[in-house]
Amino acid sequence: MDEAAVLASETVPSPSVPVVVEARGLNVAFEADGQRVNALTGVDLTISRGDFVSLIGPSGCGKTTLLRAIADLQTPSGGTLTVNGMTPTEARQARAYGYVFQAPALYPWRSVARNVMLPLEIMGMSRSERAARADRYLRLVGLGDFARKFPWQLSGGMQQRVSIARALCFEPTLLLMDEPFGALDEITRDGLNVHLHELWRRTGMTVVFVTHSIPEAAFLSTRIVVMSARPGRIIDVIENPLGATRELGIRESAEFLAVAHRVREGLRAGHSYD
Amino acid sequence: MIDVARGSAARILPVVTVLGILTVFWYVMAIPLNAPRLDLDETAGLSTLARAAWSMDRPILPAPHQIAGELWSSVLFHPLTSSRNLLYHAWVTLSAALAGLAIALALGIALAVGIVYLRTLDRSLMPWVIASQTVPVLAIAPMVVVVLGNLGITGLLPKAAIAGYLAFFPITVGMVTGLRAADPLQLDLMRTYSAAPLAVFTKLRWPMSLAFLFPGLRVAVALALVGAIVAELPTGAQAGLGARLLTGSYYGQTIQLWATLVMAALLSIVALLVVGAVERAVLHARGGRL
Repeated sequence: MDEAAVLASETVPSPSVPVVVEARGLNVAFEADGQRVNALTGVDLTISRGDFVSLIGPSGCGKTTLLRAIADLQTPSGGTLTVNGMTPTEARQARAYGYVFQAPALYPWRSVARNVMLPLEIMGMSRSERAARADRYLRLVGLGDFARKFPWQLSGGMQQRVSIARALCFEPTLLLMDEPFGALDEITRDGLNVHLHELWRRTGMTVVFVTHSIPEAAFLSTRIVVMSARPGRIIDVIENPLGATRELGIRESAEFLAVAHRVREGLRAGHSYD
Repeated sequence: MIDVARGSAARILPVVTVLGILTVFWYVMAIPLNAPRLDLDETAGLSTLARAAWSMDRPILPAPHQIAGELWSSVLFHPLTSSRNLLYHAWVTLSAALAGLAIALALGIALAVGIVYLRTLDRSLMPWVIASQTVPVLAIAPMVVVVLGNLGITGLLPKAAIAGYLAFFPITVGMVTGLRAADPLQLDLMRTYSAAPLAVFTKLRWPMSLAFLFPGLRVAVALALVGAIVAELPTGAQAGLGARLLTGSYYGQTIQLWATLVMAALLSIVALLVVGAVERAVLHARGGRL
């Protein structure tokens, strides 16, 4: 890794804002077909409360692996990783985060409302509180009228919104999203991006967002982490100069295009390593 | 409504057609099969021959209307508690089959849960489960009855044990598949909630497995009835469709024999309809799809 990249990945948080995720020299390795694959090497990253951090990079760069390590769905093989000052396992047990997967992963035998209530049931919330929360968060994602429907009766975009409501309903302060809109068409995706941005701005939660899409990363993020494959690593961290309130029109602005350009350059530089 | 009517007509028509062809074939075949036992002079015409062949007391092959008549008079003209009423025998067999099905469900599900959750059980038990089905039930039924009889256990329970022995297999196989059917994402989701193993079972694996339970249950119902009937054959049972079949064949009462067979078939059809109704009710509660 060259010096500029090292400098770029060393972000210094301001002391007043609490750190949510901190990775130092993080390594993750798998055994695949008897071969050791370095999914992530030497990742240093600090995410502060209220950040919207996008992880972007080509397939195999370890962006999903990094998210799964934060969620304690993947065990690191080296370095340190803390979530809310705890180990990832402790943070998971404390139900510190909500996770949105690439696919909605709804349970098909549960109605929309009961899918949203699933984490609340597991966490032992009372029946009336569960119903109130499901109603509130389904309204928040614009699906208030669909509570009694079943997943198969909804479009892909609506299903993914249900899964977002399900991740939000127990009110975690950290939201981890793994390419949540990757399988959706452009228009649906735009709509959900605006929605997600509004949600983030209103709640002030911390979001870590994995994506393939440069415009999506530039539109949503306060910081964009550019990653590269083989071995998976961070090659650039870009502070997004766009203001806190954003609309889709902002994507035509010079500032936006400059951010997108820098992300693209970073991705291209990452590719030239092969 | 019209669509529904047309749909059920479209479903019934092929069945009725096949039934019609079978009935005609049956009547035709009854003539040569029964003719050697008839004492007719050589000049008798075909119509005389047919009328005689279709109305014998103990034919080789009774005509359909004879079987229907036997069924009819047996059910309607004898009290339900009489051993001459086929419904009485059907109930004796059905109660054993239902008890066997309950045993099969309890055993089948318990085995499946053990096999899915305990690796050692998967390795040690599954081969035995499969091997158990290669032993012919006719060979094992008398032994079970004799052994349990020596222990003082008679009546319904030995029959239920044999019915359960046959019926647990499709339930176990279906449930093992079903309990393992949750995809990795659905399991990861549970992990993000730090869900306890019991919650993963009750909220994910169990509801998931119901879709795999019903196909197994349909096979199990038919097997439980077969098991109950077979269990009545070698034991000198006084009641039940199996006992009725046995006395029918002892005394050459072919009409009684066939009427009993038809009753057994009707019983399985009713049992399958009940399972189908339960499945539809579950389906409805789960939004129309399993």
